[in-house]
Amino acid sequence: MSEINPDQINAERLAGLRRSAVRSPADPALGDGSLNDDPGKQAPLVLNNRSFHDITEIVAGYSEKAPGFWWFHALGFAATVASIAQIMILYLIITGVGVWGLNNQVDWAWDITNFVFWIGIGHAGTLISAILCLLKQQWRTAVNRAAEAMTIFAVICAGIFPGIHVGRVWFAWMLFPIPNYNYIWPNFRSPLLWDVFAVSTYATVSLLFWYMGMIPDFATFRDRAHLRLRQNKSRFVELRLPVPLPLPTIRLPWRGDLIRAYIFGFLSLGWRMSGRHWYRYEKAYLILAGISTPLVLSVHSIVSFDFATSVVPGWHTTIFPPYFVAGAVFGGFAMVLLLMIPLRALLPNFADLLTLRHLENMAKILLVTGMMVGFAYSMEFFIAWYSGSQFESDAFLYNRATPIWLNPRGAPYWWAYYAMITCNVISPQIFWFKKMRRSPMAIWIVGFFVTIGMWFERFVIIVTSIHRAFLPGEWGMFFPTPVDILTFVGSCGIFLTLFLLFVRFFPIFPISEIKNIIPGASPHDYHDDHHDHDEAHAAEGAH
Amino acid sequence: MASVQYQTESGAKVFGMLAEFANPHTLSEGAKKVRDAGYRKWDTHAPFPVHEMEESMGIVGKAIAPMMFVIGCAAICGAGGGYLMQYLINVDYSIIVQGKPTYQAWEPFIPVTFELGILFTAFGSLLSMLAFNGLPRHHHPLFNSDNFLRCTDDAFFISIEAADGKFDPDQTRRLLEEAGATNVELVEDPEGNA
Repeated sequence: MSEINPDQINAERLAGLRRSAVRSPADPALGDGSLNDDPGKQAPLVLNNRSFHDITEIVAGYSEKAPGFWWFHALGFAATVASIAQIMILYLIITGVGVWGLNNQVDWAWDITNFVFWIGIGHAGTLISAILCLLKQQWRTAVNRAAEAMTIFAVICAGIFPGIHVGRVWFAWMLFPIPNYNYIWPNFRSPLLWDVFAVSTYATVSLLFWYMGMIPDFATFRDRAHLRLRQNKSRFVELRLPVPLPLPTIRLPWRGDLIRAYIFGFLSLGWRMSGRHWYRYEKAYLILAGISTPLVLSVHSIVSFDFATSVVPGWHTTIFPPYFVAGAVFGGFAMVLLLMIPLRALLPNFADLLTLRHLENMAKILLVTGMMVGFAYSMEFFIAWYSGSQFESDAFLYNRATPIWLNPRGAPYWWAYYAMITCNVISPQIFWFKKMRRSPMAIWIVGFFVTIGMWFERFVIIVTSIHRAFLPGEWGMFFPTPVDILTFVGSCGIFLTLFLLFVRFFPIFPISEIKNIIPGASPHDYHDDHHDHDEAHAAEGAH
Repeated sequence: MASVQYQTESGAKVFGMLAEFANPHTLSEGAKKVRDAGYRKWDTHAPFPVHEMEESMGIVGKAIAPMMFVIGCAAICGAGGGYLMQYLINVDYSIIVQGKPTYQAWEPFIPVTFELGILFTAFGSLLSMLAFNGLPRHHHPLFNSDNFLRCTDDAFFISIEAADGKFDPDQTRRLLEEAGATNVELVEDPEGNA
């Protein structure tokens, strides 16, 4: 073998002789060094031979050092947009749902579209964390924390819409199993009530899963703050303006690390990295991952029951549960990529932890899930024809796929259907090309299209199905009002605001999990390990 | 267990002994030696869950069996309670859907039963993990050591408590040094309530 033995690199690094110097090879086919195509060699999960300490420094640095000006600008923009949503929601509550474009025929439109869109995005986090954890996919560590955070924030955005679309929000408590004024209980045979339980369980379990993963990382943050306080290296909090103006900075009478030590000390619950604790922690985490997997699948299945159990043509199909779950994974991964690729460019050393190989893996998942939803779209047409139901075939052949300018029976919303097909089925096909799978820019653009396409998918399912139900006499159209549009735009602002705050203050990467997958983490990486192998050798007769 | 109380020269009670190890491998080997020496109140500390550490510490199964039992109970309570809630609500106020029997038609109750089972299992996993670990706790004597705080970064430790029946300042120190520890120190417990 002409290469340096990896054990030797490892030994040198542990002896302090080699820190970060192994640069990626000049071969452009290897990209940043993570793209080898040799199935016999595992691609490095962390680049540049980072040590345990380097990983702590990199991840804790995002939270401890002042962020770049881009962060203040992005937060200011996102918070402004978020406040638009709040104003629109207030306007809706004091005026009534008439401020939206709903009418007698189309009584679910952007509200439920946005709900299903956000809850779908919220599925990728738990998918990445739970399913990839059960499958022992170590590359999940690059994105799982951010994806879990994204899940929580997307579910928050999703929770807004069913809450406000009931009209009289002060009666929203009737959704819970509490008898109302007339001692009437909710109807447990309604999928809408199942939805309440599914979404609230999903939000709670995702929060617990996210928090449990962060406990050791909070302990890392806490101890770093404590050490700086004890060594008297800590500085006072200074309030600086996010714009370069010649104004004096205000110094507050607290040390920043004292605040950090309190907050992270509280959140880390006294975690002390004990071997006995880790043992229970790993088992409990595995159980959480094990129960989250069927949970993820159940939640979007139940969301799809909201439609599938009705008799409206276009909704009444048995393919909905798997179709919704595949779509949720697809849209969620697209959103993860949409958020992580800019961060990879903006934050220092981010690319060492989120390598091109990770992006390529996620691009492949986009391709696979994109074809799964494409299959579901085509199956809907097959079943519409095969069922022999005139209403079904009319809903798909005419009301979706035939533009109204080709046939007067055709779809006025044909553009929504073709936007969906273009974004969701056609755009991921560029990932058949290796070059595209390995280009962050191409992946970002496809992620953007997929996010738009997934919104249109829900719009197509909801609005085009109900705007032309059984009787032509009750056919109608839906047009969004500015309040509809601004509420949705504002919900994106809420999502982005929460995500930016997460990026600034919390551990974006699972520090302890990344340390566990780098070379040198397993006791078996050290080859002076004679004791363990003595028995094995004796059994083989090699000694 | 009647154990000897140790004190430092300043009069503070001794919590135990803390020994630093260079890497996961020496930590694992050190843990095997401490385990074989028959100590009970001791622990390893590493920035991440070291592979097969439970075997090196000799705690396989013992540490998690009660936790698994509690999580199982939580799951049964959640699912059973969820079903019972829907059943009783339908006894109290029957809503007839599709002309089916009010509470004998059990199939539509399954989704909520499943979700509540998952919800309780999730709370059971996190809370029982914390409870069996003796967490949350406000402070721990080990945090008095500045060196120990590095274990959340890149350092590996074994701690042996003075409350252990086999603890002896000289012998324990010798054992740890023979096991490859680089930096052995006594940890004080000023509050004396270990």
